[in-house]
Amino acid sequence: MRILEGKKVTKHFGGLAALHYVDFDIKQGEVVGLIGPNGAGKTTLFNLISGSLPTTAGEIRYKGKKITGLKPHQICKMGVARTFQSAQLFAGLTVFENALAASLFGKKRSISVPDAEREAMELLEFVELSPVSTMLAKDLPVANQKRLEVARALATKPELLLFDEVMAGLNPTEVAQVMELIIKIRNTGVTLFLIEHVMKAIMSICDRIIVLHHGEKIEEGTPQEIAASQKVVEVYLGE
Amino acid sequence: MDSTRVIYKRPFSLGILFLILILLATMPFYVQPYLVILLSSIFMYVIITLSWTIFSGPTRYISLASAAFFGVGVYTSAILGQALPLPVVIVIGGLVSFILALFIGLLTLRLRGMYFIIFTFGISELIRHFLLWWEANFTGTVGRWVVIVDNTTVYYVMLVIFIMALLTAYLIRRSRFGLALRSIGEYEEAATHIGINATVVKTTAFAISAFFMGLAGAIMATRWTYIDPRIAFDPLFSFMPVLMAIFGGTGQLYGPIFGAAIFAYLEEILITKFPYYYMLLFGTILIIVIMFLPHGLVGLVQKWRKGGSRR
Amino acid sequence: MFITFLDVVIGGLIMGGIYALIAVGLSLQYGVGRVLNVSHGEFIMLGAFATWSLYTVFGISPLVSLIICGPGLFLIGFLIHRTLFQYLRGTSESIGAFADSSLLASFGLLFIIQNLALLIWKADIRGLSYLNVPVSILGAIFEANRLIALLFAVGISLAFYIFLTRTRLGKAIRAAAEDPATAQVMGVNIRRVLAICFGLGALMAGFAGPLISMIYEMQPTMGLEYTIIAIIVVVLGGLGSITGSLIGGFILGLIGSVVTNFDPGLSLVAYYVIFILLLLVRPTGLLGKS
Repeated sequence: MRILEGKKVTKHFGGLAALHYVDFDIKQGEVVGLIGPNGAGKTTLFNLISGSLPTTAGEIRYKGKKITGLKPHQICKMGVARTFQSAQLFAGLTVFENALAASLFGKKRSISVPDAEREAMELLEFVELSPVSTMLAKDLPVANQKRLEVARALATKPELLLFDEVMAGLNPTEVAQVMELIIKIRNTGVTLFLIEHVMKAIMSICDRIIVLHHGEKIEEGTPQEIAASQKVVEVYLGE
Repeated sequence: MDSTRVIYKRPFSLGILFLILILLATMPFYVQPYLVILLSSIFMYVIITLSWTIFSGPTRYISLASAAFFGVGVYTSAILGQALPLPVVIVIGGLVSFILALFIGLLTLRLRGMYFIIFTFGISELIRHFLLWWEANFTGTVGRWVVIVDNTTVYYVMLVIFIMALLTAYLIRRSRFGLALRSIGEYEEAATHIGINATVVKTTAFAISAFFMGLAGAIMATRWTYIDPRIAFDPLFSFMPVLMAIFGGTGQLYGPIFGAAIFAYLEEILITKFPYYYMLLFGTILIIVIMFLPHGLVGLVQKWRKGGSRR
Repeated sequence: MFITFLDVVIGGLIMGGIYALIAVGLSLQYGVGRVLNVSHGEFIMLGAFATWSLYTVFGISPLVSLIICGPGLFLIGFLIHRTLFQYLRGTSESIGAFADSSLLASFGLLFIIQNLALLIWKADIRGLSYLNVPVSILGAIFEANRLIALLFAVGISLAFYIFLTRTRLGKAIRAAAEDPATAQVMGVNIRRVLAICFGLGALMAGFAGPLISMIYEMQPTMGLEYTIIAIIVVVLGGLGSITGSLIGGFILGLIGSVVTNFDPGLSLVAYYVIFILLLLVRPTGLLGKS
């Protein structure tokens, strides 16, 4: 089943076309990577999917339903969650409160506070953050901040998860830990759409990869196909 | 709910709170009338500041519309005071402010930061100037006479409003609604991405805060006997709650209450003892507080606590 | 009919010139320094009253006062920024915290300055009559002081416009106003530029004050109204655009003159209505970036 579809997705900022006629589709259960040089439009695409920004043209559908034009909180409740390139944590709240908020508000049906509290603790354990649950989010080291962002996204019980450079700024050990986490998540049935620059990671965990350049999709295929693609090599080496 | 944060509900504090309330409730019986009037004034500032903090505290949207909401309450009292019984007038005052806040909120809560601050100030001033012009041109006289109510009644009404506002503030803080507000204040974009309907949440809190200001305005009007747009919508009612809340510190509930109480009392003393210098002293105190006590009294207490106790 | 029209236009240009000056002043303080200086109007008031005192006590013409009050207030503004606001900047945890604390500090300044003025000059309304001689142009009669004020208001605005667009320092200031982060990276000594810009804001107030004193009445409580007008003009012209403030000032001045012609009590109401519509429909103003 196609969980996410984009047709001719376009976004203009003033005179600049950040995205131009991008088509994509993602099947349920896949792990799809989104790569491209800086400025290619990857985060912009995520912003359009999650509802942060309105599209200039084109349509995005989630599980068949049109989500372009909806507000972020509506899209979230439908089952789409995302993380941000620069961690957008609730800095002054505790780790636990961050997860709790997502647990309480992120689902279609509202749940009771005790249930949400339990869920939040379970999620913190899933990402291995329970020892620091009472710490303020702003006091966390970078790697743990990323984990908290992931926990918060998971707390909304998504079926589709958008990760925006979740490995950025991490050392190799931390990258490996995040990769394990991603596999763990994938095994729970969640579909993943990842923006990443860490090539090794993308190549090893993704089923498929989409390549953007200057706002257009220039290539799409399995990791092997992408690695072998002349177009992609030029784009990365030429810059 | 906030099981990991220490919130103020040890039985010791609860007991003290209760004692204070009983003290306040019985005050008019054994205290000079002047003090009753003074306390009513202090309650007025405390209620406005506390209400202001209900919305602006967690969301960090600094509203300068307090004068509008308070003034609307005052004017409702002036217009309806002759025709309807006092309790009804007060409630209507609160409701009109509530509705005005819903309207303003839906219009403007998509403005951020400086724009929001300036806009809310603009609305208050617009209402003030418009009413001045309207009264000058259409009703003939500027200002209205208000029904007089005795001081003790005013005091008790203010006490009741204060308790209601305090209870509401406390309940909101401990509820999921309060968590949503704080999330919005921390990072609004992320808050919408975890399912919080920011517009509805903000507007609701804004309206609740306006409701109490309207109530307070409606009863305070009876103290002044004569009101006009300059008195009712005095910009000072917009600035003072902000200053008092910052002075007291917005992190905890007692901050704005003590901040407002101390500031209001200070103002009373300064105005009577140094009528020609009080603005000067006020401004100086303000700057000193901003420079050396950025988190207000709450910050001071927390620092003292951290330094003093080893738990 | 034509005379009324001319009168309204001239009145509008005078007000416009003054509005442009004070708006540019506020814009410099906010755009670069990120300080929303609500005491800006108090500086203007100081300029006006200082001019009054200089005139009534020493017989110094308001035009000469321009040269005294301008730089005088520049110095005061510069010093205040160097001490108070830079201290706050250094001790604030975040940009947001600095914005709040500087706003509150400027409230403190407002109270202090206004009270000082009330102590020195008392609360009475005062006026200057300087060059109140009638002058005849094209058969219509105008007061000389209005014409001279018009000349100076427009002249100073134009001079400042040229300074901003043609000189190196001016362009550096505009760049810093539009993008402080980049300006700092490019090696601009941001702390000095900030203090200078704040001082320049006060300089504008120092020019506006004497001009106002020539034509309008003054009271120590007049400051807040001018601050609000300056804010409205800055938003009208676009936050971050100093040339926008210049243009916006003249636009608002002309609108104000037209409205005052029909009903003097409505001018502030008109300003607020425009302001609110602006914030709702096009918050970035005329020349601001989206």
